[in-house]
Amino acid sequence: MSLLEVSNLGIWFGGLEAVSDFNLKVETGHLYGLIGPNGAGKTTVFNMLTGMYKPNKGSIALDGVNITGKNPEYISKAGIARTFQNIRLFNGLSVLDNVKLGLHNRIVYGMMTGILRTPPYVSKEREMDAKALEILKIFELDPMANLMASQLPYGQQRKLEIARALATNPKLLLLDEPAAGMNPNETEELMKTVKNVRDRFGIAILLIEHDMKFVMGLCEDITVLDYGKIIAHGDPSSVKHDPRVITAYLGGE
Amino acid sequence: MKTARASKSKQVSHSYLITFGIVIAFYIIIQIMSGRGVLTSSLEGQLIPMCAYAIMAVSLNLTVGILGELSLGHAGFMSVGAFAGVLVYMNMSSGIPSWCAMFFAILAGALAAGIFGLLVGIPVLRLSGDYLAIVTLAFGEIIKNLLNAMYLGADSSGLHVSFKDAASMHLSANGKVLINGALGITGIRKSSTFTLGIILLIITLAVILNFIHSRAGRAVMSIRDNEIAAQSIGIDATKYKLMAFILSAVFAGIAGVLYALNYSALVATKFNYNTSIQVLVFVVLGGMGNITGSVIAAAVLTVLPEVLRVANNYRMLIYSIVLIAMMIINQGPGMIAWRKRFVAKVKANHSDGKEVE
Repeated sequence: MSLLEVSNLGIWFGGLEAVSDFNLKVETGHLYGLIGPNGAGKTTVFNMLTGMYKPNKGSIALDGVNITGKNPEYISKAGIARTFQNIRLFNGLSVLDNVKLGLHNRIVYGMMTGILRTPPYVSKEREMDAKALEILKIFELDPMANLMASQLPYGQQRKLEIARALATNPKLLLLDEPAAGMNPNETEELMKTVKNVRDRFGIAILLIEHDMKFVMGLCEDITVLDYGKIIAHGDPSSVKHDPRVITAYLGGE
Repeated sequence: MKTARASKSKQVSHSYLITFGIVIAFYIIIQIMSGRGVLTSSLEGQLIPMCAYAIMAVSLNLTVGILGELSLGHAGFMSVGAFAGVLVYMNMSSGIPSWCAMFFAILAGALAAGIFGLLVGIPVLRLSGDYLAIVTLAFGEIIKNLLNAMYLGADSSGLHVSFKDAASMHLSANGKVLINGALGITGIRKSSTFTLGIILLIITLAVILNFIHSRAGRAVMSIRDNEIAAQSIGIDATKYKLMAFILSAVFAGIAGVLYALNYSALVATKFNYNTSIQVLVFVVLGGMGNITGSVIAAAVLTVLPEVLRVANNYRMLIYSIVLIAMMIINQGPGMIAWRKRFVAKVKANHSDGKEVE
């Protein structure tokens, strides 16, 4: 049984079929890519996997549990975390608090404990601080822990989003264009970080990316979408030479 | 790792100490001034309303600044709390020590306002957008008009309610009218004291500041900053929105009890739209999300009209100039930058001192 099994997933908005017959199998510890031209439906797939859209058709199973059409909170607890194409950080909060929020469902104490400051408050907050700093360290963000998230430069904001997602202890991490807007050096560094995360946490990662060097150099298995349908699937070299993929990207007769 | 943690907790406790310090210093100064007879009686009369409005501003700041939702009917919760608290107080005060009756009155006010907060919050906070502003605006008006038209009486057979007049309640001879329509509740024994007001303000500050700096408070602020991202990391948005909104309503109810027990009569029209907006002005001028700012803005702007009575016709002119000045000082980009520099400087000096030790 695979970690994630998606079969015949489909969604339509009014008359527009945004995604149809999407199939995917994801195994723990591997890196997967989802590519395709603009408007192919890649982010829509992510939104269905994380419960932000309810699919009209098909099923999603994580670790054998059916999570089709569940709400985002449920799916986060089930073990899928994500980042966003346009960065969505908690800008009014510190870098540390952003990661501590990722720990929200892992280190738990009640509202009254917080208000009355009973001993569990102190110990749990300490535990959260330590854990959050540990995660920030992986991304070399620990010196910025007390800065506001909005004060970070762009590249570090992207990293913080990944750190926050990892704090939820996911089995599967979805990255939506993690290298967007980065220069070649930053992209190179991010590649190392993503690999490092996979090795260290032993989780599966599925990413959307337009930077072909990034995708081809990182992913072991690539799915290509066009007009909401899978047009190719396989390892990087076979996908790269697939005539349908070349047609989709460059146009053809 | 340790330094980052230590400095964080130090920051939090610092801001707490400053807030409590201001409130306690203010209390001591007022006590000394009133002991020497420096305070005019009209100014002294403003002390309890000042505390009540400060509690209102702090509690509204939880909704507006921390949760990021606009509430235009906060006076409605104050009203519900005031009526519930006074009713309990008047029916308990015989035979029970005054402080005990007061305690139950405050509890009743808090509970009643909290229940109404839940009733308003459940349908509205499931949605995202400006719905809360519209619904709370309506809620404030509905509560005001309902209480204004309501007659409530009690006799041996129980409670009687009428929306026509006192006679149509058909009270028996030993019955008494509790709420007399537009005349409200009369014959209240004035029992609020400035000391009680300050104690309630400190409790409010402690609870709300602790809430903000806890797991639940962080969740509330994450929803304010980005609801979609908050849901994606497993935060139940509706639950935390409701939690913050109800907490906010509870303290508005407590402020209502404190306020109402300062007068001999309580009428519903006192808690109208203007009161809601006035409290919102305190919050905006004090800085959204800035709890200390709310307390200062509420205190200054409650007393100012009294102090300016000397200026006669120019009273409202000066009041508006003060509003504009506060806006510039609090929210002007130049002033914000200057404040940041100042705080950084103080902090740098502070840590230097630490290292020498």
